[in-house]
Amino acid sequence: MEDAKQIEAFEAKIVSGVKIEPKDWMPEAYRKQLIRMMSQHAHSEIVGMLPEGNWITRAPNLRRKAILLAKVQDEAGHGLYLYSATETLGIDRTELLEQLHSGKAKYSSIFNYPTLTWADIGAIGWLVDGAAIMNQTALARGSYGPYSRAMVRICKEESFHNRQGYEIMMHLAQGTAEQKAMAQDAFNRWWWPSIMMLGPSDDKSPNSDQLMRWKVKMESNDAIRQRFIDRTVPQADFIGLTVPDKDLKFNEETGHYEHGPINWDEFFEVIKGNGPCNAKRLKDRKDADIKGRWVREAALAYAKKRAKEKEVA
Amino acid sequence: MNLQQSKFEYLLRLGDSSLIIGHRLSEWCGHGPILEEDIALINIALDFVGNATELLTYAGQVEGKGRDADDLAYMRDEREYRNLLITEQPNGDYAATIARQFLFDTYMFFLYEELKLSKDETIAAIAVKTHKEITYHLRHTTEWMYRLGDGPAESHQRLQNGINDLWMFTSEMFDMDEVDALLIKEGIAPDFNNVKAEWEKRVKEVLVEATIEIPTTTFKQRGSKEGKHSEHLGFLLAEMQYVHRAHPDAKW
Amino acid sequence: MADTQLPVWEVFIQANPGIAHKHAGNVHAADAEMALQNARDVYSRRSEGMNIWVVPANAITASSPEDQGAFFEPSNDKPYRHPTFYKIPEGVKYL
Repeated sequence: MEDAKQIEAFEAKIVSGVKIEPKDWMPEAYRKQLIRMMSQHAHSEIVGMLPEGNWITRAPNLRRKAILLAKVQDEAGHGLYLYSATETLGIDRTELLEQLHSGKAKYSSIFNYPTLTWADIGAIGWLVDGAAIMNQTALARGSYGPYSRAMVRICKEESFHNRQGYEIMMHLAQGTAEQKAMAQDAFNRWWWPSIMMLGPSDDKSPNSDQLMRWKVKMESNDAIRQRFIDRTVPQADFIGLTVPDKDLKFNEETGHYEHGPINWDEFFEVIKGNGPCNAKRLKDRKDADIKGRWVREAALAYAKKRAKEKEVA
Repeated sequence: MNLQQSKFEYLLRLGDSSLIIGHRLSEWCGHGPILEEDIALINIALDFVGNATELLTYAGQVEGKGRDADDLAYMRDEREYRNLLITEQPNGDYAATIARQFLFDTYMFFLYEELKLSKDETIAAIAVKTHKEITYHLRHTTEWMYRLGDGPAESHQRLQNGINDLWMFTSEMFDMDEVDALLIKEGIAPDFNNVKAEWEKRVKEVLVEATIEIPTTTFKQRGSKEGKHSEHLGFLLAEMQYVHRAHPDAKW
Repeated sequence: MADTQLPVWEVFIQANPGIAHKHAGNVHAADAEMALQNARDVYSRRSEGMNIWVVPANAITASSPEDQGAFFEPSNDKPYRHPTFYKIPEGVKYL
């Protein structure tokens, strides 16, 4: 049984803004929730490499190719920081990956959509990374030390992703008729999924209260979503793209945009595994794991052999 | 061929090899054997693409017809490409990739060591920067040669297969023609006999330590200097170039 | 053999000459050389470092939160270890 006093001391720490560190006492529910969230976040980074990685070999010029390589490499790095932070909670990466491969662990719904044209790379950087940054800057203020530190580092690197995406869209929107059409098409396809990726509405999101009190979650999904929309709509206007929401309007009184109804059925279907690319993404990850296994084993066996030789010598 | 044409041709050979092997490495993105290795391979691919961009930019300047690096990378056909055959070979398993990288990195290491001394200042400057990068690449691939070669039976066999399959593409790396002859005379490019001697020595040392047998196959593939490639290159270029070519007036 | 993501190595990076190495994070690697290379690729993608240490994570012993009192509080009553403890007349320089 968890001691009421321990919980009280733990919560007092959080109220006063002291970070919780790996060896500190923490309620089991806190640990579990963090493992769930952080590993989901880590998985999203590495699954997210796939839709973008798709376009590295087809990038339209050498500059874009180099930028995309650097960006996808960052995603791998972010996945690594996040796995590493999750491991401080007493679960190792091998097990975390098994959870991903078995379907037990989730990753962001957004990466189950296909990247069909080059403009999708712009849309991902601008919208998906843009939405992710909203979420991550909030999480950087969270209560768990290793997660918050990983977030600080990731946010610093992420702003380049966001900008390069917008720059791609800007070039397309100012380009030939085909390029403009490509940009608008990508915007149409990625807008709603980006809005949905910030999570279900507060009334549909279970146990939010405790998570907010423990500073595992820092802001409600709806609040983050609103901020994302408020910032992104003017960016779309600026480059002449039309937000694919006929109900969208600016409310002068509140100073916020009001959006049309979100298709939550679609969101929950994708989460359940029925998105256009769920099967493909998971298969790619599993294949890489299976094909890499003998490599990891060889490296380990070789290291042991060398260590033994050293001992003898 | 005059000096300018020879220099252009030579720069294409260097730049195309970097571009194509960088392309191959980038295909590993998201599919590597462990997350750390994904990051390492992308790093190396990024160096190659950067190096190719510098070389092709300079090639365009030397040619003087207003072509930039993108024009050269995206608008030339298969028969105009001058990359070494080894660079276009498919990734295969991780051992085949490591074998390809090792054979090519070792070559590039000694070649660029010589190119640092080029009388052409731009080539020398590119070589100084590239040599630092390639030193790191070679260290990475050499360590993997030991791990896989001197590791368990399965990985040993896979690496041996990789080396065996690629061996026939190594000889053309040191071929010399009139382009080389002229550039050697001008002190711009090195004599490949020197590079070959160093390459053979180092490759032998590493293979022995990795317990990999040196292949005895004598049959050699060649042709990159005349743009005669394996069938793989056509597919690679089709993928690489299609967006660019589908929108000839577009800026990206 | 059970599948594994390889052992963990903690990474310390010296960002500039003359300053101490600072903990940057960790990497998974089979051996020290692989750990060193991975650390370079992961933690200095934006030229953040000039020297790297890697240490097997299981070689690190950390004090525990319960040690906090015994380890650190005794020095709280030794203010004379801090220079601000001493009052020096205003005109005296270089002290």
